[in-house]
Amino acid sequence: MPMPAHEIESLIKSKFPDAIVELKDLAGDNDHWQAHVVSAAFKGKSRVAQHQMIYEALGGRMGGVLHALALTTAVPKD
Amino acid sequence: MTTTQTTGATDVQKSIKDLITANDVVLFMKGRKNMAQCGFSHRVDAVLQHLGVDYKDVNVLDDAAIRDGIKAFTNWPTIPQLYVKGEFIGGCDIVMEMFESGELHQLIHEKGVPHTNHG
Repeated sequence: MPMPAHEIESLIKSKFPDAIVELKDLAGDNDHWQAHVVSAAFKGKSRVAQHQMIYEALGGRMGGVLHALALTTAVPKD
Repeated sequence: MTTTQTTGATDVQKSIKDLITANDVVLFMKGRKNMAQCGFSHRVDAVLQHLGVDYKDVNVLDDAAIRDGIKAFTNWPTIPQLYVKGEFIGGCDIVMEMFESGELHQLIHEKGVPHTNHG
């Protein structure tokens, strides 16, 4: 079941208000997303931890209703 | 690897633990080595083949208990999942990012994992 961009973005931003969320619909079906998330909250965290933070913000949808989300994360450049 | 009918979750967690400690590199995937049945699993399989890293493939499609158990084990919601020397490295995204930046090759080098190709 596809998930619209604004819903993904608002879920992430509700947990990380400073986040910049760039979303790309890879297959044009709202079901295969590519997301790049930049937030200061990632500072000092491993990539695995950063991705887990996003998955948590998505409230268990990852791997379920949200089928594919190619995720990359980064800390804002000072 | 026989995970016949594992009864409780703890049995599954134990067999997962055994797998990742008994093998240098373990990939929990959909399908088998050279026969991935999912694009994401295929990409990680291809990267490991490119680096010439031998690994233990665990087909989660063969065992629903492992398929769910591995997600709880690492608090990671998707498959594939790559482990090197017992440590969870990541799923397809992270492995690909590390491969492209050369970090994956550096990691297996530092951890003394035999491999026949360099980056």
